[in-house]
Amino acid sequence: MPGQGRGPTVPVTQVEEAITQAHHEQWARVVATLTRRFGDLDIAEEAAAEAFATAVQRWPADGLPPNPGGWLTTTANRKAIDRLRRENKRDDKHKEARVVYDDGAPEPVDAIDDDRLRLVFTCAHPALAMQTRVALTLRMVGGLTVPEIARAFLVQDSAIGQRITRAKAKIRAARIPYRVPSAADLPARVSGVLAVLFLVFNEGYLATGPDSDPVRHELTAEAIRLTRLIRALLPQDGEVAGLLALMLLTEARRTARVSASGELVTLHEQDRGAWDAPLIAEGHRLVRERLAAAAAGVAPGRYQILAAISAVHTFSRDGRDTDWSQVTALYDQLVRLDPSPIIALNRAIAVAELDGPAVALAAVDRLDDALAGYHAYHATRADLLRRLGRSQQSRAAYDKAIELAGNTAETAYLTRRRDQLR
Amino acid sequence: MQYLMSVFGPAEMSEFGTYPDQETMVKAMADTGAFNERLQAEGHFVYANGLASATTATVVDGRNDPPIFTDGPYLESKEYIGGFWIIEAGDLDQALTLAAEGSKACQGKVEVRPFQ
Repeated sequence: MPGQGRGPTVPVTQVEEAITQAHHEQWARVVATLTRRFGDLDIAEEAAAEAFATAVQRWPADGLPPNPGGWLTTTANRKAIDRLRRENKRDDKHKEARVVYDDGAPEPVDAIDDDRLRLVFTCAHPALAMQTRVALTLRMVGGLTVPEIARAFLVQDSAIGQRITRAKAKIRAARIPYRVPSAADLPARVSGVLAVLFLVFNEGYLATGPDSDPVRHELTAEAIRLTRLIRALLPQDGEVAGLLALMLLTEARRTARVSASGELVTLHEQDRGAWDAPLIAEGHRLVRERLAAAAAGVAPGRYQILAAISAVHTFSRDGRDTDWSQVTALYDQLVRLDPSPIIALNRAIAVAELDGPAVALAAVDRLDDALAGYHAYHATRADLLRRLGRSQQSRAAYDKAIELAGNTAETAYLTRRRDQLR
Repeated sequence: MQYLMSVFGPAEMSEFGTYPDQETMVKAMADTGAFNERLQAEGHFVYANGLASATTATVVDGRNDPPIFTDGPYLESKEYIGGFWIIEAGDLDQALTLAAEGSKACQGKVEVRPFQ
C-alpha cells in the first residue's frame, strides 16, 4: 500500500464510510465545479473519478483530510490539468479550445450550488433522449458508475456507456449550454428534470423484468437523494416539494408493499405499522406546506396533487377510514390538469370506493381504446368485475393483466386473486 | 457557432408546394419572410433558401472514373429536405428557440444540426 508506515493509520471501515459519504456529498460538486472550469463534461467526469480513486488509495494511510470536498476538488483539478497537458502535447488544437483552466482557488458555496444546478439542467436537457437524460443524470449528478446504471436498468454496460459517450459528444458539438435556464424557461425545464427523477424512482418502485427484484431500493433511494438536492437548490419551487413528498410517502410504504413470499400487497391490506413513520411525517409536512401555498392562491401542479392524494392515503391508521371523497376531489383536480387515461383510471379506483364498483366499471370501460395494452387497466377491471360477482369476465381480465404485467410481485398477486375466484 | 436548420416536407408536392392549399401556402411564405427579416435584424442570419423537389436531385459517385450519375435523391424517403437556414447562435438553447419559431413560420418540422 502506498504511504504505508507514515502518517496516522485510520481504521478501514471508518475510511470506507468517509469515502462513501464523500462520494454522496461531493461527487456532483466536484463534477460541476470542474465542468465550469474546463468547459467539458468528459474531462470533469474522468478527473472526478480519478480523484475518488486516489482517495481510496491514499486516505487509509495518510488519514482523512480535514476538508474532504476541498481535497477531492483540488485533486480532480490537478488530474484534469495533467490530462490537458498530455493532450496539448499530442494535439495543439486542444490548447486553443481549453486554455480556460485556473489554479483551483476555492469557490464560494453559492457558486458551487449554482454549478450543481447547471449540471442538473445540462444532463436533463430537452435535446437529449429521455433514456439518455436518465443515464447522464445518474452518472454525472448521482455518481453511479456505468455498470451500476446498466444493472439498474437491466441493460448491457456497453449500451449505457455508449449513450453517455454520445451524449457528452452532443453536448460539446451542439453546444448545449451549462447554465441555469432563464426565468421564462425555468418552469418547463424544472419539470423536465423532475420527469427524469420520477422515472428513476418509478423504475425502482415498480421494477419491470421477469428476473428483477420487485422493488429496487438503490434506484428509489438515488431518486430521493437527487430530488432532495434539487429541493435544496430550488427551495421555492412547489413542484419540487410535491415530487419529494410523493416519493417520500411512496418510499415509506416500500417494505409493507411486498409480502415475505414476494407478492404485491395492496394499500388496503398493508400493515400500516410497518410504514416508515419519519418518512411519512416528512412527506406530510411538505404536503401541508404546499396546501398552505395553494390556500394562498398558488395553483398546485401535478406532483403536488399526487402527493396530496398519497397524503390522504397515508393519513388514517386504518385503510377503511380513508377519505375517498377527498381522494376523488383531488383526482378531479388532476384530471383538469392532465386529462390522460391513466389518471382517469386511478380516479375510477377511488370512485369505486365512493360510489360502488358498477359506477367505476362504467368509467373504466370507457378507457378501453386508450389502455387495452396496459396491465393496470385489466387488473382494475378484474377487481371491479370480481366485486360485482361477474367471475367469468373477471377471470378473463385477470388473465389479460397477468399476461401484460412486468413486475414479479404484481404477477404473483394477480395470479392468486384469479385463482381465488369462484 | 453556426447551425444548419433543415426543413422537412412530403416528397409529393402539389401546385401549392408542400402545403395543402393556397391560403396556407401564402401565410407560411409571409411568416417565413418575416422570420428571415428578424434573423437578419438580430444578426442570426447566415443563409437561407428553398430547394426544388427531391425528384430533381442527381446522385454523383466520382470516387472512381468514370463518375456514376444516378437519378433521384440519395436516400429513398417519404419526406425530404425542402429548404434550410444556416444561422449563427450562441448555443443550442438559442438555436432551438429560433428553430421553433422557424418551424412555426414555415409550418414544417425543422432539424437542427451544429457545424463542426
